This record gives sequence, C-alpha cells and structure tokens, in this order.
Amino acid sequence: MKNGTNPEADRDQKICLSFNVEGGNFLSAGEASIRLKHTLQHIGYPASLIRRVAVAAYEAEMNIIIHADSGVLKAEVTPEAVTIWAEDKGPGIEDIGLAMQEGYSTAPNYIREMGFGAGMGLPNIKRCADIFEIETHVGIGTKIRIVIFNKQKTN
Amino acid sequence: MVLTEVIRLLSAEVICGHDKINLQVESACAGDLLSDLLTFSHNKTLLLTGLTNPQVIRTAEIIDLAAIIFVRGKRPNGETLQLAQEKQIPLLVTQLPLYECSGILYSAGLREDTSKETREEAKES
Repeated sequence: MKNGTNPEADRDQKICLSFNVEGGNFLSAGEASIRLKHTLQHIGYPASLIRRVAVAAYEAEMNIIIHADSGVLKAEVTPEAVTIWAEDKGPGIEDIGLAMQEGYSTAPNYIREMGFGAGMGLPNIKRCADIFEIETHVGIGTKIRIVIFNKQKTN
Repeated sequence: MVLTEVIRLLSAEVICGHDKINLQVESACAGDLLSDLLTFSHNKTLLLTGLTNPQVIRTAEIIDLAAIIFVRGKRPNGETLQLAQEKQIPLLVTQLPLYECSGILYSAGLREDTSKETREEAKES
C-alpha cells in the first residue's frame, strides 16, 4: 500500500462502517460517504481507489436521500477491497434496465434544481465498481452491493 | 495555472479561502449537473458552476475539487458558505456567464484533463 502502511499490519485489518441515511435529509447528504473517504485516506489507500469508492458511495447515498424513506450505507474495508452496501426502504425501481441508462431519471424537478437527478447515479456507480449488484422490489426497497478491489495491493 | 491568474482573467471576487489564492489548478470542468461532474473531474480541478447549494461543496469534497467559481454573479447562501469555510474550499464569484468563463480559461491554457496526477493514475491502471 501507498503512504508507508505496513503490509504485515494490513493482513488482519478489517474496518466496518455503518451509517443511517434518512430519506429527504439533504442537509447531511454526503456525510456518510465523506467519512468513508476520510477513513480510507487515514489508512493510506491509493488516491485513485479512494476517488472511485467516494463517488460510488456518494451516488448510492444520494439515491437513498432522493428516492427512499430511509436506508443504511455500510462499508467493509480490507487491504484487498472495499465493499459497500446501500440498502433502503422505499419505492424500489420499476425498470432496472431504464434506470441503468445514462440520462434516465425519475427524480422530481426540485432535485434536478439541486444539481442531481441527471440520470447518472447508477451508471456512475457501475463505472466505479469492479462488482455491482442490484436487487430491487417495487414498493419495498432496493439493495445495492458494490465491490472495488485494491489492485495495487494484489499486484 | 495559479488561482490568482484565474481571478484576474475572470475578474472574480474571492468570498471564501482568501489564504488559498496561490494554489495551483491543473484542470477545470463546468456544469450544473453534479453527477456529470463526478464522472470526469480530476485532482486539482477548478469547478465553474451556476449551482450554489451546499451539495456543490459536498461534491467538491468527494472529488477533491481545488476551488469553485460561481458564474453569472450568483452568490451562495450562508449554509453553503459556512460549509466551504469548514472544508477550506476557496469560493469565487464572477459576473461572467459560464460559456464565456470556460472559453477564457481554455484559451489561457487551462484544459479539462491535463493534470500530471491523472496521467500517472492512468499509467497505474
């Protein structure tokens, strides 16, 4: 790892984080992702990987705030990978194929006026992720799992 | 390009981060869609936008934007300003419109993706 982190110490290192995310609460939107980002910076993850994790987590967090009633953003950080789970109770996604298309959005106008709802959320997450899984049930909620590997560690 | 040069070229006013006007910016991006900005921004990047809500500052923190310029004379509210002060992100205001700002900075040599770090990142992957 970069920044002089001791690989021996890394071997047993596993950090788990969990944040409650409240639907509609734009005041604190992004805080969970920024705390995850700071954690990765603290333990010396490569900057390019931190950027991908931060963007994926931020988009997932914003999706909960924009679309859901409530949700949880969880992360597991190991020297090999960062795994993020974003699980919400909300309307679910009626057509995942459409939701994955760049530019498709169901966000209301006031969300667009804030600069979100560009229809880039899920495509952005997929672009940042090595593994991207989504499970959704209309009227119940959506679960997303994102894995981003630390390639500098394994190479 | 040093931020002071950007300030001069755009006749901009510094409203936050007066102590950071000598920082170096290596690329710039412009737009009002935050998710779009998340896709193509790079380190030491300057953001030109007409959005003034606190989410702009959060987005800046997520992707390590160097500074933000609000165009067309738009001014952020107290909440946005306070958050920028906490995060120590320089904020500038210019009366010029977005298109004109982009043209001036591009002509002066500030391009979208020319940073050394970005090239190094590309090599790594």
